[in-house]
Amino acid sequence: MNPIVKVLLFMFSCVLTNNYIFSRFLGVCPFLGVSNKVETAFGMGMAVTFVMALASLFTYFVYYYVLIPMGLAYLNTIAFILVIASLVQVVEMFLKKSAPSLYSALGIYLPLITTNCAVLGVTILNISEEYNLLFSVLNGTFGALGFLVAIVLMAGVRERLESAKISAPLKGFPISLVIAGLMSIAFLGFSNMFAGVM
Amino acid sequence: MAQLMPIIYAVIALGGLGILFGLVLGVADKKFAVKVDERVSAVRAVVAGANCGACGYAGCDAYAEAVVRGEANANACTPGGVKTVKAIAEIMGVNADAQEQMVARVRCQGTCDRVTQRYDYTGVHNCRAASGIAGGPSSCEFGCVGFGECESVCAFGAIKMVDGIAVIDDNVCTGCGMCVEVCPRNIIKMMPADQTIVVMCRNEAIGRIAKNQCKTACIGCKRCEKACPTESIKVVNGVAIIDETTCTRCGACVPVCPMHCIVNFYERDLEGEAAATKQAKLLEIEIP
Repeated sequence: MNPIVKVLLFMFSCVLTNNYIFSRFLGVCPFLGVSNKVETAFGMGMAVTFVMALASLFTYFVYYYVLIPMGLAYLNTIAFILVIASLVQVVEMFLKKSAPSLYSALGIYLPLITTNCAVLGVTILNISEEYNLLFSVLNGTFGALGFLVAIVLMAGVRERLESAKISAPLKGFPISLVIAGLMSIAFLGFSNMFAGVM
Repeated sequence: MAQLMPIIYAVIALGGLGILFGLVLGVADKKFAVKVDERVSAVRAVVAGANCGACGYAGCDAYAEAVVRGEANANACTPGGVKTVKAIAEIMGVNADAQEQMVARVRCQGTCDRVTQRYDYTGVHNCRAASGIAGGPSSCEFGCVGFGECESVCAFGAIKMVDGIAVIDDNVCTGCGMCVEVCPRNIIKMMPADQTIVVMCRNEAIGRIAKNQCKTACIGCKRCEKACPTESIKVVNGVAIIDETTCTRCGACVPVCPMHCIVNFYERDLEGEAAATKQAKLLEIEIP
């Protein structure tokens, strides 16, 4: 297959068919926590995208040029957490300086990107799927964009829920979970979309 | 030595990575440094630092920021007490009225010899669980359950379980209110430290039943109501309640109570004893 087509298909499959939230159920905590407003959801998505793309890049080098030569592949989780935590710190400092309003809107969820399992999930999957450098970074970037799409869609729905008539027991998180489930089913429709061509 | 090599490699690799990232973060910290109002760190240094949430903010850091922004009052840190309020007021250059020192008081005297056990409770050692089973093992379903959830939640070690009920040391209590939230019976109440007259019962049952449940239960006889010169004590739902805003702490209600369930903490202060032992001693009043 044409390598360019292969790369394009890979990008789309990361966003749609292998969406980290809806088909792998990773990163659900910030997905529910920061999806109250489209604006903050977008900011969170961008911060996660930045962290995930860079984490994929750095962990690739850390794994193949530090851990493997020294025979320490079994330490990948700890080493990756180290990389991710440092990246999140940098993002936090950067946002505090350049976008204070976004910084305060994200609040506790910003440092919690460290424990966003989607970020660690991407880096571990990159290793277990044996992606090369290009595909690792693409997986990180577009997987995170899938997260961005999911969280922004969710925020859009939840903004409208504010004015909707919902019975008292379902208000707040219960209805959000129902919606997340429905969206997950909708995204199921994308599965096997590229099965014939990939 | 050969077996040690993987460990040494691991230490070198992860340590090296850690140092590298640390350096990068150090540089980034300098580069992206934001000027923080130095008053924030000054306020943060003088608050109690227990992250208890009594001020209504997410933690001590959030409270310090809110104080400097002018959103929070200087007197919201109850655990810090008067000392903290003064320090914050000094930093902020305001004249903060020191908040009245609040303490938590357990309104129950149902020690083991005054209530009876209706059944042998063998479940989880937890007030909430025990009180959920047929109103709890104790004969009084309003009083202290005695499994010490408040004792375990108190960050300052002010609560001790003595003879089956919780006893709070006034001198150690900071007034953070953690125990109030955790008590399933709602018998712990925050009150001004100078509110020395306390009705030590929450039993809402009618007199005859209350008497059978506990030897020091409030029977709702209203003698205290009649004795009070300022009409500050009222029997509501079968139990006497003192209005702390109008109560003059005269103590006229204490001697008239036939059940000895109104207690004067001040008298015990005069004896110069620690509050916990004082309350324990009080429990030894003779019952007619």
